Amino acid sequence: MNVLHADKVLDCSGMSCPLPVVKTSKAIKEIEIGQVLLLIATDPGSKADMEAWSRQTGNDLLDAHEEDGKFIYYFKRMK
Amino acid sequence: MSKKDPNAPQRLALIASKGTLDWAYPPFILASAAGAMGWEVSMFFTFYGLPLLLKDTSTVVTPLGNPAMPMKMPFGPQNFQKINWPIPTAMMSVPGFNALATNLMKQTFKNKGVATIRELRDTCVEMDVKLIACQMTMDVFGFQREDFIPECSVAGAAAFLEFAADADVQLFI
Repeated sequence: MNVLHADKVLDCSGMSCPLPVVKTSKAIKEIEIGQVLLLIATDPGSKADMEAWSRQTGNDLLDAHEEDGKFIYYFKRMK
Repeated sequence: MSKKDPNAPQRLALIASKGTLDWAYPPFILASAAGAMGWEVSMFFTFYGLPLLLKDTSTVVTPLGNPAMPMKMPFGPQNFQKINWPIPTAMMSVPGFNALATNLMKQTFKNKGVATIRELRDTCVEMDVKLIACQMTMDVFGFQREDFIPECSVAGAAAFLEFAADADVQLFI
């Protein structure tokens, strides 16, 4: 497991679709281009959703993994 | 004209034609998710979907005529919550049953971390989703413009179709 630096942390634990996607899209606008957002989610559906969100918005998904039953994502704001 | 411009965002054109609690979720979930992905979204609210744009919208659900709807309790031990209660159809017509079923479903959604319909509608507004109220439905059911949230616009079929013609995804819900 690689430990990346995050400029902002967003905790969506306990939230269901579409909230992780909606909140991530808001949070990414609150960091600068090139900075990294860390998302913590518990929704198993977020795996496919966050990958799709990354492809659709062009923000890089640097890393995605599971840790203690939580889904951890690192996004780099690209635009 | 997004089709002609490769840099234009994806477009979703969606018709919301039903206004019960269970049917109100899919259009608002899809529209807010599309908005979160940077898509341009238009939602057209017609017939029973129109009340979803009312200022004081309040959605209900009934298992009557809805045989696939699970009837489960949102409280108690896990094994109790898993029971799908066999409710006789006759009981569903007892006064107060709709309110009970609605409250149980709303509580279940809350327990599972699902946003409310109003929260999702507010999210759509924040994401610049275009909310269009069907003029004809307003006239037929006797609604006034002031009954609806100020963020929505009022239009007819042609205005929606023009947007939909150039959309990448079109849905009727």
